[in-house]
Amino acid sequence: MTTMTYRQALHDTLRAEMLRDENVFLLGEEIGVFEGSYKITAGLLAEFGEKRVRDTPIAEEGFTGAAIGAAMLGLRPVVEIMTINFSLLALDQIVNHAAKIYGMFGGQAKVPLVIRTPGGGGQQLGATHSQNIELYYAFVPGLKVVAPSTPADAKALLMAAIRDDDPVLFLENLALYNTKGDVPDDDTPAEIGKAAVTRPGRDLTLIGYSRMAHIAAQVADQLAASDGLDIEVIDLRSLRPLDRPTIIESVMKTHAAVVVEDDWLTYGIGAEVAATISDGAFDYLDAPVRRVAMAEVPLPYSKPLETAALPSVDDVINAVHQTLDAVGRRHQKVGHD
Amino acid sequence: MIEIKMPRLSDTMEEGSVATWHKHPGDRVEVGDILVEIETDKATMEYEAYEAGILTEVLVGEGDVVAIGTPIALLDTGVATARAVASPAASATDPGPVSTRPLRVDTVETVTAPVTVPEVENGPRRFASPLVRRMARQLNIDLSRVRGTGPGGRIIRRDIVDFDDTSAQLDELVVDAVSAPPVIADERRGSEVIPLSTTRRVIARRLGESARTIPHFFVTAVVDAEALVTMRTELNSQLAAVARSKVSVNDLLIRACALALREHPLVNASYVDDASTTMLIHHRINIGVAVASENGLVVPVINDADQKSVGELGVEAKRLASLANDKKLTIDQMSGGTFTISNLGMFGVEQFTAIINPPEGAILAVGSTTVEPRVVDGVIEARHTMRYTLSSDHRIIDGALAAQFLRTLTTFLENPWSLVA
Repeated sequence: MTTMTYRQALHDTLRAEMLRDENVFLLGEEIGVFEGSYKITAGLLAEFGEKRVRDTPIAEEGFTGAAIGAAMLGLRPVVEIMTINFSLLALDQIVNHAAKIYGMFGGQAKVPLVIRTPGGGGQQLGATHSQNIELYYAFVPGLKVVAPSTPADAKALLMAAIRDDDPVLFLENLALYNTKGDVPDDDTPAEIGKAAVTRPGRDLTLIGYSRMAHIAAQVADQLAASDGLDIEVIDLRSLRPLDRPTIIESVMKTHAAVVVEDDWLTYGIGAEVAATISDGAFDYLDAPVRRVAMAEVPLPYSKPLETAALPSVDDVINAVHQTLDAVGRRHQKVGHD
Repeated sequence: MIEIKMPRLSDTMEEGSVATWHKHPGDRVEVGDILVEIETDKATMEYEAYEAGILTEVLVGEGDVVAIGTPIALLDTGVATARAVASPAASATDPGPVSTRPLRVDTVETVTAPVTVPEVENGPRRFASPLVRRMARQLNIDLSRVRGTGPGGRIIRRDIVDFDDTSAQLDELVVDAVSAPPVIADERRGSEVIPLSTTRRVIARRLGESARTIPHFFVTAVVDAEALVTMRTELNSQLAAVARSKVSVNDLLIRACALALREHPLVNASYVDDASTTMLIHHRINIGVAVASENGLVVPVINDADQKSVGELGVEAKRLASLANDKKLTIDQMSGGTFTISNLGMFGVEQFTAIINPPEGAILAVGSTTVEPRVVDGVIEARHTMRYTLSSDHRIIDGALAAQFLRTLTTFLENPWSLVA
């Protein structure tokens, strides 16, 4: 076990996978000489050379297409798209090619491609550089979408993604790069499609992923201390495939759920989770599932407005209290002496 | 415009009465202002405003009793009522970038169904959570007889758990009794129907369940209280000299029980249920003191009694008893106990047995301190003597443990300086 940042875990895992398998190579904007906008690829050009660490032009559609071709012919490309916002330029390649080739051509070619890309707001990068649009990819059969929230998961899921024969969108988060955590020293890849119950509890199920998994854990800790609540927290880890059994099993136990997401409410990931609960645990629900999401606006640049638009710990606490009120467990807000 | 509804202020509350309105029609209300004092089955509590606005109408007058969820006042928040009653299409949020809507999209109000209870042809429709409908099918419960305490009167799991035929009949009886003049129910006995207070109904249900389900057993011990009485007299004369409040036998008992529980943590414990493979041992010693208040039996709890001095325990016990008489105890002050003391000594009772206050594991029933002839060193002497009986839950406490606990307790009381050391 070693304590390291999320950034370090990604870097070390990329390097280890490149050492393990010579078919693994990296391409993307500014990943070589500049060592990556977020320094995930620091030192790798020097170690592995230009053949395996390729700086590309600012042309997402072009280099994503090139990576798909390389993957079809047996290489294992790991593409870095500087932020998920720029992946829209490669949408046709990802959705119409990477996701479809295996099925459309009768399994003649696999596409073992990984697209690493960070999302997330809160850095004052403006509306076009702060989005959480992983949903666009989680929507598409033929793709896998994973979203680690901890350094340990960053390692285990990146290993799994690189070794997976399907195209995987690997969602990172700008706000998580500097977070620290324990990372196991052994090389066991995660199972893609498995959520983690990061905190067991009985009173309510709180579901999140990526940055929101942290917010959920923080809320659970805070409410355990202040209100004596016993909240179960689920970190989804994988958005496609979605681990429906873990979600359903939890809600069957707690009878109430709140979903927190960094994206917009309408048609968001939370809507899919809520529908999953309705399908699988309807007869166990004692209150409607609540969702906490970002305000339905393009994210403002102004810091106070940006903070107000993003879901906060207080927003989540509010939703938890309202849900628990609805099942008759009133929080102590009234009548202190 | 929003409706202020009768809030649920305690676990066992089913209805509440408006004690005092702090705001009146036309008054400006800010978030956190005290709107109204509500009298529940256990206490009178202040209810704060959760939203700001103008109080436009009071729907329930002072002294009137209504069920949880019943609108008691209208508050004009400056927001049109459209949100609660609009069709889904009208309330759907337009995600367009140019909007005069508030930035924060309130996920709750956008998507929550209206919480009014629509009238249908054969009376109001009864909402129940899906979980409740499933439980009702399994337990064969007629939901039309269950009172819902969730939002808008929705029947929630707790309502089913609380529900049994007896309580339903009691509800009907109370409703009849309140709405009709007193009637002679039984000519032969000349009986009159008297409504049960909510407190009484809670006592009936909880103690009935305790007596029916917990295998009680009783162990009685006798204390030579001579040293205790002498010490207390001496202590109180010294305290009086410095104008401090006196120490009662009960304060010393609370202290002794707390110390004895610390030595026997298995008595400070709870059985969970038959399905559970675990029991609970409580690391905090929170002692409930049964108080026969003017409003019925209540058990305020002294938290961490083992951490407090006899003087502190006395002050806290006195304060809680006076709050009980004023019906001002909060739910917090009446929950979380791990052991209860019931003392009928002041009524001249020699000894008695008490029913365990669930989910606690034991209760101590204390009789009066009287002068009795006792043999001390082969000589009959008049000595102060006290008897008490421990009722224990035999599912987690065995006879030997109960006896050891009482021996420790008796040792503390017979060597009372250790209690103030």
